[in-house]
Amino acid sequence: METASQLKHTALSEKHISLGAKMVPFAGYLMPVSYSGLNDEHHAVRNAAGIFDVSHMGEFKISGAGALDLIQRVTSNDASKLTEGKVQYSCLPNDKDGIVDDLLVYQIKADEYLLVVNASNIEKDWNWISKFNSDGVKMENVSDDVSLLAVQGPKALTILQSLTEVDLSLIPYYTFKIGKFSGIDNVIISNTGYTGAGGFELYFPNEAANKLWDDILKAGNTEGLKPAGLGCRDTLRLEMGFCLYGNDINDSTSPLEAGLGWITKFTKKFTNSENLLQQKEKGLTRKLVGFEMIERGIPRHDYPIVDASGNTIGVVTSGTQSPTLNRAIGMGYVKTEFSALHSEIFVVIRDKPIKARVAKIPFLNK
Amino acid sequence: MNFPDNLKYTKDHEWVRVEGNIAFIGITDFAQKELGDIVYVDINTIGEQVEKEAVFVTVEAVKTVSDLFMPIAGTVLEANSKIDSNPEVVNNDPYGEGWMIKAELTNPSDVDGLIDVQAYKALIGQ
Repeated sequence: METASQLKHTALSEKHISLGAKMVPFAGYLMPVSYSGLNDEHHAVRNAAGIFDVSHMGEFKISGAGALDLIQRVTSNDASKLTEGKVQYSCLPNDKDGIVDDLLVYQIKADEYLLVVNASNIEKDWNWISKFNSDGVKMENVSDDVSLLAVQGPKALTILQSLTEVDLSLIPYYTFKIGKFSGIDNVIISNTGYTGAGGFELYFPNEAANKLWDDILKAGNTEGLKPAGLGCRDTLRLEMGFCLYGNDINDSTSPLEAGLGWITKFTKKFTNSENLLQQKEKGLTRKLVGFEMIERGIPRHDYPIVDASGNTIGVVTSGTQSPTLNRAIGMGYVKTEFSALHSEIFVVIRDKPIKARVAKIPFLNK
Repeated sequence: MNFPDNLKYTKDHEWVRVEGNIAFIGITDFAQKELGDIVYVDINTIGEQVEKEAVFVTVEAVKTVSDLFMPIAGTVLEANSKIDSNPEVVNNDPYGEGWMIKAELTNPSDVDGLIDVQAYKALIGQ
């Protein structure tokens, strides 16, 4: 555990504190977990818009000859499908059937890519990718220079459009444009996010962070925009069934078990691809599923999952009371025979098995 | 934050209102703020005689789960049924509608071990 003085700050830490945010250590950073209240922020994002400072996320630039080749070797998705202005969700498999990290791959232009990784894994990912960089491809860790704001929710486009000439309606999901935003040049305006509520993520130099934060909050004032913290980021992503590294995926869960087969492309070779292909052909012994509680109780990370006779069949990886659905939901690994939709399972909460059933992901019907 | 001066408090952020040999117990305004949005208050000690410092309630907030420890030894007579269907009243009215249990004191002298409002405010730096 870090002491407060060892924690890194984002360019916006003072803003959060002055807004009365509850600040917590997260991945080595002092981050806002909530401002007006988790549920209030959650509903703001689903119904209007929320602005998240997620500048703790890591960014690596990979460029020049061999850039694509390096990315193809270390990631599971097929980056050759990317074209300029496109984004891809992917993961870095390790050589032990696990996952080093999940990430976004941006193709900035031909031979220039931006990898966006989890804050807790910046060093681990850097070392891992470097190990495979036998051809001396240019790699830059720009994590400490880049700020990232996620503006999410049905009103996000209207709010952000008032600050830029770039036509945001012409940026489809998982694509981006680089342009002038609120007077700042070369902002990456990306139609991505971790909430399922729609909206954009903006990447720009730290120096512009305070200006852009203030400008966006002001522009969103009449639209119900609220500052939103990591607390509701977690409930929002869980309602969508999005994996969180460290909870639902880690060094010992395979991308196939985690339901990430759709970003695991065996049409190319990558780290551990042969073993993963074998795993796929042999069949999986466990799978990550979504579930909803039938009896009263809130599932939490690491709670055991048992069958009707009390035999352990899995473990909870994420759980919460869904603010939108107003019921308890979770994700966890279960033995494959219990992974079918509507299978009855039990979550052990304070030594008692509480009934649940396997549910469709995303939990939220749009 | 609000801390009524007619209540007794504990260092674990509970309040106790004593009426004869009956005690009403809940959590403080500070505690509900720290926990955040409360979604479930799990009380399964009704009718039981609970030792001082033993777990008598588990509070589930969206983000965290927290056990509450009995501030006085007592028999749990009643749980507040209102918080079962509307747990958010603990956030909105922690000293009133958001009370958690009503207990009969086993040792009335336990009350002397509780702290007063000044001591509690000092504890949380208010």
